[in-house]
Amino acid sequence: MPYKSIAKAAAKYDVVVIGSGLGGLTTANRLANAGHRVLLVEHHHRLGGLATWFKRKGHIFDISLHGFPHGMIKTCRKYWNRAIMDSIVQLNNIVFDNPQFTIRTTFDKEDFTSILTNRFKVDRASVDDFFNTVAGMNFYDDRTMTTRELFEQFFPGRGDVHRLLMEPISYANGSNFNDPAITYGIVFSNFMNKGVFTFSGGTDKLIEMMVEELEKNGVTICTNSRAERIVIDRGRVRGVEIDGRFIEAACVVSNAGILNTIDDLAGRASFSAEFLEKIKPVQVNNSSCQVYMGIREGERLDDVGDLLFTSTAPAYDVDEMLDMETRSRTFSLYYPKTRPGHDRYTVVASMNARYDDWAALPEERYREEKEKMIERSLVDLERYIPDIRQKCDWLEAATPRTFQRYTLHTKGTSFGTKFEGLEVSRTLFNDVKGLFHVGSVGIIMSGWLGAINYGVIVANDADAYLRS
Amino acid sequence: MTRDEIKDVILEIIQDIDEDGEVENLNADEPLRDQLDLDSMDFLDIVMELRKRYQLQIPEGDYPELASLASCVNYLEPRLKDV
Ligand SMILES: Cc1cc2nc3c(=O)[nH]c(=O)nc-3n(C[C@H](O)[C@H](O)[C@H](O)COP(=O)(O)OP(=O)(O)OC[C@H]3O[C@@H](n4cnc5c(N)ncnc54)[C@H](O)[C@@H]3O)c2cc1C
Repeated sequence: MPYKSIAKAAAKYDVVVIGSGLGGLTTANRLANAGHRVLLVEHHHRLGGLATWFKRKGHIFDISLHGFPHGMIKTCRKYWNRAIMDSIVQLNNIVFDNPQFTIRTTFDKEDFTSILTNRFKVDRASVDDFFNTVAGMNFYDDRTMTTRELFEQFFPGRGDVHRLLMEPISYANGSNFNDPAITYGIVFSNFMNKGVFTFSGGTDKLIEMMVEELEKNGVTICTNSRAERIVIDRGRVRGVEIDGRFIEAACVVSNAGILNTIDDLAGRASFSAEFLEKIKPVQVNNSSCQVYMGIREGERLDDVGDLLFTSTAPAYDVDEMLDMETRSRTFSLYYPKTRPGHDRYTVVASMNARYDDWAALPEERYREEKEKMIERSLVDLERYIPDIRQKCDWLEAATPRTFQRYTLHTKGTSFGTKFEGLEVSRTLFNDVKGLFHVGSVGIIMSGWLGAINYGVIVANDADAYLRS
Repeated sequence: MTRDEIKDVILEIIQDIDEDGEVENLNADEPLRDQLDLDSMDFLDIVMELRKRYQLQIPEGDYPELASLASCVNYLEPRLKDV
């Protein structure tokens, strides 16, 4: 194991990165590659943050490997390495099934255009106009328009079209009709444009390859090491207290949640009244529930699709999707092709969820609710795999409480914060010299691609500070 | 550095970023973005690489100066004259 205990770390580094989500890993790698001495600390025993997996009875379950955009190919080549890039493969069989429509798609612009014109009978000009408008959206555009207004402008009264275009994005980053149209446009143009991709070999393989690269670049990695406090003196970062040890560093990049970073690690006293005012409107995003189904060794599943967006709710409804008893879930099917050489099948059902609904439950109710959720997921999956119950030999559920426990994120948020969080994340440094935040914020900087790209952006800021 | 040397450095950095891009026949006055497959992340890479090589700090407000090959050279010439 390349990992050290914090007791073996040096007394001083150029930069300490707190947290090893994809954002933290990427910042650490970039900074080490630029010649800085980097310490990476992670409270869990494994690196990757939400990009993680677990093993049960010969099964390997991936948590957040349902699909990522085409942009990951270039990003992995530039900021990691060619071998990582070469393991990215396309998922060709994406299914939508709900009371309004059932379709199968390759999830790219051409196919969506053809579905919208042929199947939904929308005129071609509106479809092209929509794609061009969202592709042209950027961060500096008008932020007052909501996604609902955007949809009403292009596809007025077409609840079915809105559902097709919104549902995958709600699963991908928790956003909905009320979020700014630009966040929708930026994510949509990345995601529902050139297909959905996955990592051949699974999340474990990706993280193993990333760790090799970090080692090559000389990053010191300490797992089972929880940062307790960022030490700040007269508006400047001095170092970090980690499991009772003080490590000196002039620069700290926190991959903990943005609110955790401000409240728990730096402390509100380190910030100006003006900055604290900016934090007030910051809302964390929703959390998730998942049901993991392991298929008995020797059994096989027919190909019913790679990613199934399913719902029996009559229409897209954000509250319905967050409800504990939601009838909307995605199924990710992992065939043996996911991990060449590991001849097993697994299925993961994912739902959006509210932390508060689950946090309040007494233990016994909590266990019962998990069982009921597993049951509902099986009932839904039987529509596609009728004998799923006979084939399954492992069933387990995760809830917002699980995500909170493993990542420490405020309310177990799966996708960081809503849009306002980005500005806060980008300006920590104005109040505390040497302090940076990386990780899911602002909707557009979440997901595997968003987190990695944000890692690069923050590495550039930190590098500028370190060389100033 | 001379203007030609600066130009060569920029082309070398771009070639690293966009391996398949045809950097030989670029029109110096046209935006790089229109001629190569470059996005805003790529421009960030150019900034970070210049800082690494020459300790040159390019503030975010100046990023538009890097739009074309000619504007890059104009912007960098006075800043890299002692390199
Ligand atoms: C159920 C689910 C499914 C998803 N599916 C997809 C998908 O299919 N495709 C996709 O692109 N994205 C998906 N995502 C989103 C994606 O996984 C995340 O956006 C991304 O991985 C987040 O990276 P991050 O850098 O923000 O850090 P995180 O992954 O949030 O990691 C933060 C890390 O910091 C550590 N940490 C926190 N506090 C401390 C401390 N004090 N000391 C030490 N360490 C600390 C945590 O332990 C954790 O390892 C999914 C997310 C969830 C929850």
